[in-house]
Amino acid sequence: MIALITSVLAITLRAGTSLIYATVGEIYTERSGILNLGLEGMMLLGAVTSFATAYYTGSTWRGLLAALAVGGLLAALHAFISVTMRANQVVSGLSITLFGSGLASFLGQRLGPESNNYYLVGMSGPRFSPLVIPGLSQLPILGALFEQDILTYFLYILLPLSWFYLYKTRNGLDLRAVGENPQTADAMGINVVKTRYLYTILGGMLVGLGGAHLSLAYTPGWTENITGGRGWIVIALVIFAMWNPSRAALGAILFGGINAVQFRLQAAGTTVPAEFLNMLPYLMTIFVLIVMTWWEALSKRIGAPAALGKSYMREEK
Amino acid sequence: MRFVFEKRQSVSRQALVLVPVGSFFVSLLLGAVLLLASKVNPLTTYAAMAHGAFGSWYNFSETLVKAIPLMLTGLGVSIAFRMRFWNIGAEGQLVWGGVAAAWVIIFLADVIPPWLLLPVALLLGVVGGALWAGGPAVLKATLGVDETLTTLLLNYVAILFSQYLYYGPWRDPEGYGFPGTVQFPQFAWLPRLGGTRAHVGLIFAIVAAALLWFVLNRTRWGFELKIIGENQTAARYLGINIARHIVWAMLLSGALSGLAGACEVTGISRRLQQGLSLGYGYTAIIVAWLAQLNPIAVLFVAILMGALLVGGDQVQMMMGLPASVGIVLQGMLLFPMLAGGLFTEYRLRIIRAEKAAPVAEVQP
Repeated sequence: MIALITSVLAITLRAGTSLIYATVGEIYTERSGILNLGLEGMMLLGAVTSFATAYYTGSTWRGLLAALAVGGLLAALHAFISVTMRANQVVSGLSITLFGSGLASFLGQRLGPESNNYYLVGMSGPRFSPLVIPGLSQLPILGALFEQDILTYFLYILLPLSWFYLYKTRNGLDLRAVGENPQTADAMGINVVKTRYLYTILGGMLVGLGGAHLSLAYTPGWTENITGGRGWIVIALVIFAMWNPSRAALGAILFGGINAVQFRLQAAGTTVPAEFLNMLPYLMTIFVLIVMTWWEALSKRIGAPAALGKSYMREEK
Repeated sequence: MRFVFEKRQSVSRQALVLVPVGSFFVSLLLGAVLLLASKVNPLTTYAAMAHGAFGSWYNFSETLVKAIPLMLTGLGVSIAFRMRFWNIGAEGQLVWGGVAAAWVIIFLADVIPPWLLLPVALLLGVVGGALWAGGPAVLKATLGVDETLTTLLLNYVAILFSQYLYYGPWRDPEGYGFPGTVQFPQFAWLPRLGGTRAHVGLIFAIVAAALLWFVLNRTRWGFELKIIGENQTAARYLGINIARHIVWAMLLSGALSGLAGACEVTGISRRLQQGLSLGYGYTAIIVAWLAQLNPIAVLFVAILMGALLVGGDQVQMMMGLPASVGIVLQGMLLFPMLAGGLFTEYRLRIIRAEKAAPVAEVQP
């Protein structure tokens, strides 16, 4: 039984890693008051470029760099449209998703080798394999934490660091101030525009990494729609985490867990149609959203940045 | 030198027209860069796309085939967007329209007289789409649950459910494993227009656009929707029942997408099968926004978007390029459009540093 729990937990973490990266990224973005709904497109583009880069250079690390760059660039575009041009953030995010997923599909059919008719699908390239840490990985249950790939290990640093940065440093305070009340932050001498650009781009880079984890570690290689809606689930996970990076892992593990259990059930030959199992994460997210909203109505606050999704214009004080 | 945005006295009419047209050309330019980077001549590619979409009557009718569901879903989401209700769920609402219509035709053929079967199927498609949109609307109106996420997540649920149906209990037993239901009887087919695949859905879309234009611009209800979209607080002070408007607008929004789905299954595939929607529900969002939520403009923008899709298919067949070229171009259309939207309400003023400096010192 312990062995079973350990193995389910290990799969859960593996499935949840990309979600955690993207969730932490989006938390930074939303904390600055910018809502980015372009995650699905950014993750897809991160996945295809990182795989293609790793495939041609033979280096997974260069693949990661490509994902960071692509995620950052798309986020910068979103920041430009929503911060500088003050356009509607919902529509801007959606067009990032449409553009990103269209471009990812295009690149997936153009960047491949000539022998494969320029398709990337079906090619295998370098990947991040699990690094089993001797000794620690033998622990019951906790051992699951120590048979992961390097990107998952990096999360063990990123999560506490992000929490510390957000709540215990001056920069974190400034960031939260900008998301809560840009007018006051501006009066305090914080550069609202710069802050929003900075954290939207930083967030986008982490989202790109989330995409890279899919194509370089979790399901190595490129397939159309490799994210399978993860970018959208992340938007819900941010709410679930109440904009706190230390809680980001909980939600991602819960959702990764549904995935893991589903594999187990299918392997065990369940009679429940696969489609219904696949619906679970989406229905769960809706359920969580309802509960969270209801809870917010009761206690008034769950931590949503007050200025989220609103553009700021100094002249309109 | 300093750049300052000044609010215009009134919305610039010129910018209202120039921005969408300019956006189209900017996206073509950006697309050309992408095509050049993948070592293809952008001019020949665009020429092939244009020919594929408009080169002959038949090609144009194929563009209409893609444009019809975009018109109906585009009209649907623009109602919701008027009140800044983010219905991203047109895709799922369309799928439910298709499922409901197929259910009527497959299971009620013995109960309903043949001449009535198609109308009932279309009607139930409308109801199916409306109800699927009604869920998120009620959640928003009563509890305040964010509609962007609920409508979007329900898309996946709807698509998976339809998959379950045509792979599972509704699958044609004589279909050699083909994922789809039996073909509908001929009397339940939606009539097509003169030897092409374009169907009567086109007329539904035109009528719907005209009605919607009237309702949104000439009735109290349409005016109230607009107020809610522009200023919720003002709407509340005016005594407008926001919750009720949300629910009704969403039911109407979903109904139009449901009609799109019902028309697709009865007019094009004539069965419920894989690939019922090719992301029409998402493209509808671009259609609505590019048309600036104007129902009549939605019709024309939908044709343009349909042309990009058909053109994309064409370059795949003729030049071996990925058909997603069309989708990339669609996605790129919105960026200049969104960025340019600022100029309809604001004017850019350049202030020379030496003149501006003393002015900036003065505090009101």
